[in-house]
Amino acid sequence: MLELAIGIILGCCALGAGTAMIAGVGPGIGEGNAVAKACEAIGRQPECKSQVTTTMLMGCAIAETTGLYALVIAILLIFVAPNMLVDVLLKSIG
Amino acid sequence: MKKNGRFYFLDCLYLLIMILPILGGIVLRVLTHPAESGVSIRGAQVFCTIPMPVQDLIISESQINSWLVILAVFGLCLYLTHGLSARFPTKRQVVAEWIVEKTEELVYENMGPFFKGFSPFICAILALSGFSSLLTLFGLYPPTSDLNVVAGWAILVFILITYYKMKCGPWQYIKSFGDPVPLLSPLNVISEVATPVSMAFRHYGNVLSGTVISTLVAAGLSGLSAILLGNLPGILGEIPFLQIGIPAVLSVYFDIFSGCLQAYIFAMLTMLYISSGFPADLYEQRKLRKATIKSVSK
Repeated sequence: MLELAIGIILGCCALGAGTAMIAGVGPGIGEGNAVAKACEAIGRQPECKSQVTTTMLMGCAIAETTGLYALVIAILLIFVAPNMLVDVLLKSIG
Repeated sequence: MKKNGRFYFLDCLYLLIMILPILGGIVLRVLTHPAESGVSIRGAQVFCTIPMPVQDLIISESQINSWLVILAVFGLCLYLTHGLSARFPTKRQVVAEWIVEKTEELVYENMGPFFKGFSPFICAILALSGFSSLLTLFGLYPPTSDLNVVAGWAILVFILITYYKMKCGPWQYIKSFGDPVPLLSPLNVISEVATPVSMAFRHYGNVLSGTVISTLVAAGLSGLSAILLGNLPGILGEIPFLQIGIPAVLSVYFDIFSGCLQAYIFAMLTMLYISSGFPADLYEQRKLRKATIKSVSK
């Protein structure tokens, strides 16, 4: 029975980490849009290339934040949560 | 400037200050890390804990490595700036002048004339963050992939932001939370707290995700080459030949490009947050009012 409980904990942590990374879709679409628009802008005004590139990189970095939150959650779920939850389980059993 | 023996001696000394910390870090890593095979993703290694009243102080690999980076950058600065002369600039003096000029230009463009004195701080952030991330090139643990290190920097930046917001007095600062309507003040408080959190998570997440993906790809390639060539006889089947060169392509992006880009972004966001949080118009008005009060009372 204990093995089953620990197995459920580990499996659910892995499932949760995988599910959390679905958030990676959003920043991907957003950054793709940003880069597409930046390419258009450079095509229209090639003399502004350096400024557009700088602004685009800044915008991409900020758009990436939500994806990185998901990444942090996933890393916590993989590396930190299983040990903690198993400890809680063992302590509650006594 | 005439180059004599003393000049060359100082040259060598500063170069040693620059290189020795990195070598020391590599030696320390080789001595303390056991040989390992397969996939292993782990955090910073803890060397020792010093008992402290509130919480024990943990001396880990990230602290040691950030001190090594600080020493190396110190040596680099000394090397670039010794033997300056106004009439016959050496090559390294030209490089040092270029760095200083570029940083001052960047700070002036993004923060305005009031924050002119910020360029040393911004340059320090750029150098420390950039070289910390580039430490992976030597196979060392990058301090920026530890949340504690980056969170420390983010808290420092948060203190600076709050200080410059409070330049017009604490009452002005409290009033700025109820900016459009007082009803939204909880949201303003949340966005205020979210600034350092998002800065720390962004930098740490980018560097750490690079490490994790590189490790996974390297492990996957070794498994793939074992499947492809595993049944060859002798030592031929044991060489993970797919691991040669292919992970280096990822390393160019994750270690070099991403590391430098994150340093730039951290410095850029620092500048933007500090200069946009500072109420410049109010500060000018307040200064004028104080000056008039002073002159009237005289």
